Amino acid sequence: MLPAERVQKATGLRLFWYTIWARAYPRIIGSTREKSWLFFETVLPLMGTASYVFVYRAIGAPEAYTGFVVLGGAMTAFWLNVLWAMASQLYWDKDGGNLELYVVSPGPLMAILLGMAVGGVLMTATRAVIILVVCSLLFNVSYQIASLPLLILIFVTTMAALYGMGMMFASVFLAAGREAWHISNLLQEPIYLASGFYFPVKAMGFWIATFASVIPLTLGLDAMRQLIFAGDPTLGFLSVEAELLILLVLSVVFIYGAIKMLAKLEEIGRREGRLIERRR
Amino acid sequence: MDTNLAIQTKDLGRVYRLRGPKRKGDAKQLVALDGVNLEVRRGELFGLLGPNGAGKTTIIKILATLLLPTSGSALVEDLDVTRDVQEIRRRISMVSGGETSGYGLLTVEENLWMFARFYGLDNVTARKRIDSLLEVVGIADRKRTKISDLSTGLRQKMNFVRGFISDPNVVFLDEPTLGLDVTAARDVRGFVKQWMHDHPDRTVLLTTHYMAEADELCDRLAIIDRGKLLACDSPHSLKHRLQQDAIFNLKVGPLGPRPSRDAMIEAVPGVRQATVVEQNGHTELNLILAQEDVLSDVLAHLTRRGSSLISLEKREPTLEDVFIDLVGRRLDVDTSHHAEGEHAAG
Ligand SMILES: Nc1ncnc2c1ncn2[C@@H]1O[C@H](COP(=O)(O)OP(=O)(O)OP(=O)(O)O)[C@@H](O)[C@H]1O
Ligand SMILES: [Mg+2]
Repeated sequence: MLPAERVQKATGLRLFWYTIWARAYPRIIGSTREKSWLFFETVLPLMGTASYVFVYRAIGAPEAYTGFVVLGGAMTAFWLNVLWAMASQLYWDKDGGNLELYVVSPGPLMAILLGMAVGGVLMTATRAVIILVVCSLLFNVSYQIASLPLLILIFVTTMAALYGMGMMFASVFLAAGREAWHISNLLQEPIYLASGFYFPVKAMGFWIATFASVIPLTLGLDAMRQLIFAGDPTLGFLSVEAELLILLVLSVVFIYGAIKMLAKLEEIGRREGRLIERRR
Repeated sequence: MDTNLAIQTKDLGRVYRLRGPKRKGDAKQLVALDGVNLEVRRGELFGLLGPNGAGKTTIIKILATLLLPTSGSALVEDLDVTRDVQEIRRRISMVSGGETSGYGLLTVEENLWMFARFYGLDNVTARKRIDSLLEVVGIADRKRTKISDLSTGLRQKMNFVRGFISDPNVVFLDEPTLGLDVTAARDVRGFVKQWMHDHPDRTVLLTTHYMAEADELCDRLAIIDRGKLLACDSPHSLKHRLQQDAIFNLKVGPLGPRPSRDAMIEAVPGVRQATVVEQNGHTELNLILAQEDVLSDVLAHLTRRGSSLISLEKREPTLEDVFIDLVGRRLDVDTSHHAEGEHAAG
C-alpha cells in the first residue's frame, strides 16, 4: 500500500502552470493519435486554398493574390480550430463528465481553458506550417519579409486575440448548449469571406472591413500580408502599427471577457445546479 | 466548530428551480434537501443510504463545492462550502459511479497524470503514485491502454485511482459501484476499506442504494428519503432497533386482486410494516411483526384471501428492514441489475 506520508501539492502560480500544460497535453497528443483530425484540419484548408489559387489564375487576377491566398489558407486552420475545437470544448467536457471534475479540482478553471488554447495553437501551428510550405512550393510563392520581429509580434498578438475570443466563446457555447452549433455553422462561411482569408480585406470596402475587424484574424492577416508582401498597394486596410494596436486591445478585451464569463459560468452553475454537471 | 468533525451540516436545504415547459399548476421548484443535519467524524467511513431521488448526490455536490445550498450551512474540515471554496477543493476528491471522465485517446497513465497535475503534484510524485495505486487496484498491466478500450469495471478502477491520487483528506464516493459486476464491486469496496485502514485520519462519504454495501463498509450511516434525514447510526445499532420485532419472509400463492401493503397492515393488527412483491405467479411478503405470534393471524388472513403458503423464513433484521420500517417502502433496488420487473406495492 501507499506510504501514509503527506503528498506535497503545488499552489498558486505553479499550480496554474501545471494545469495549463496538463490540459494542453490531451490536445497535443490526441491529435497525433486521431488521424481524421489531421485530414480535417490540414487537407481541407489545403484544398480550399488551392481552389482559390486556381480560380484567381483562371480569371487572371494579379499574381500577388496567390501569396495572399496561401497565407490566408494557413491562417484558416486557426480559425477552424477556434470555432470547432476551442469554442465547443467546455461543452464537450461537460458532456463527457470532465468539467465537473475540473471544477472540483484546485487547478483554476481559467488555466484549464488556457491549456486548451495553448494545445490548440501548438497543434494548429503544425497544420498551418504544412499548408504554408506545401502551397508555397506548389504555387511558387515568393516572400519579401519587411520586419521579422514585427511579423512575429503581430502573429502572437493575433493568436492571443483569436484564442481569447475562442475562450470567451467556450463559455457562451456552454451556456447556449446545442443552439451554439447553429451559430458556429452560421459564422464559418461569412467569416471566411469577411475576414479576407482569400483576398485583401481592403477590397471589401471600409464598413465591412471595420465590422470584420472584430474577428482578430482580419487585421492580423492584413498586417501579416503587409509585412510579408511588402509594398503591395492592394494591402493595408490600416497601417501595421494601427492594426497591431487594435489587436492588442482586442486581446485584452477578449481575455478579460473570457475570465469574467468563466467566473460567471461557475457561479450560475453552482447557484442553479446546471451548466457544470453532466445531466442524465 | 469541532475539529473532530470532517463534515458538518446545519439545516442544510436545497431547492431546485424547475425549468422547461411550464403548465399552470406545475410545480415551479423541487425541494431536494430539507433541513439536513449531518455530522461525520474525521476517520469515518460514512454512508448515505437512500432511494433514487432521495438527495444523496445533492448533498455530495454541495459538500464538493459544485452546488450552493439554498438554506442552512455546510462545513468540510471546518471550512465553509460557500466561502472557502478553493481551500476545500485542495483537500477533497470525488468519484461517481458510471463516470465517463477522461479522454478516450489518452492512456490510463496519461489521464491520471493529467488529473494529478490539476491537484499540483509534481511529475515524480505523480508517476510514483500512479504506479503504486494502479498496482493496488490491480490494473498495473493496463497502464498504457487507451481508456476508450477499458471495460466498465477497469475504467471505474482507474477513476478510483484518480480519486485517491491527490492524497485527499475527504473523499466523496457517489454510488461508486454502480454498474459494476460482483467481482469489480468487491475489489473496489476492498480498496476503500484498505485505504481507510492505512489512512486512519481520512474521511470517506459514500452514497449507495445497495444495502449490503452500506452494511459492509460503513462505520455509520444516515438513511435519507425525499430530502430528509430519517436516521443516523452504525449499521449494527440501526438493525438493533428491530431486535424486538419479528421479521419474516413469506412466499405465498397469488393473493387475489391488488394485494397491497396498506391492506396487509390494516387487515392484521400487529403487522408493523409490510412489502408486497408479485413475482412470476407468486407473491413475496416481507413482514415486520410486533411479536412473533402475530404470524398465525397473518397466515389465517392469507388463507381467507384464498392464498397458500409456499415457503416461510424468519430472519435477522437487515438494513433493508430498517429502511422499510422507517420509510414504509422498499429501497428499490437498481432496476438495471434486477430486470425481473418487480414492483413494490405501497
Ligand atoms: N439540477 C437539477 N435541477 C432540478 N432538479 C434536480 C436537479 N438535480 C437533482 N434534482 C432533483 O432533486 C432530487 C434529488 O436528486 P439527487 O440526485 O440528489 O438524488 P439521489 O439521492 O442522488 O438519487 P439517485 O439515487 O437517483 O442518484 C431528485 O428529485 C432530482 O430529480
Ligand atoms: Mg445520485
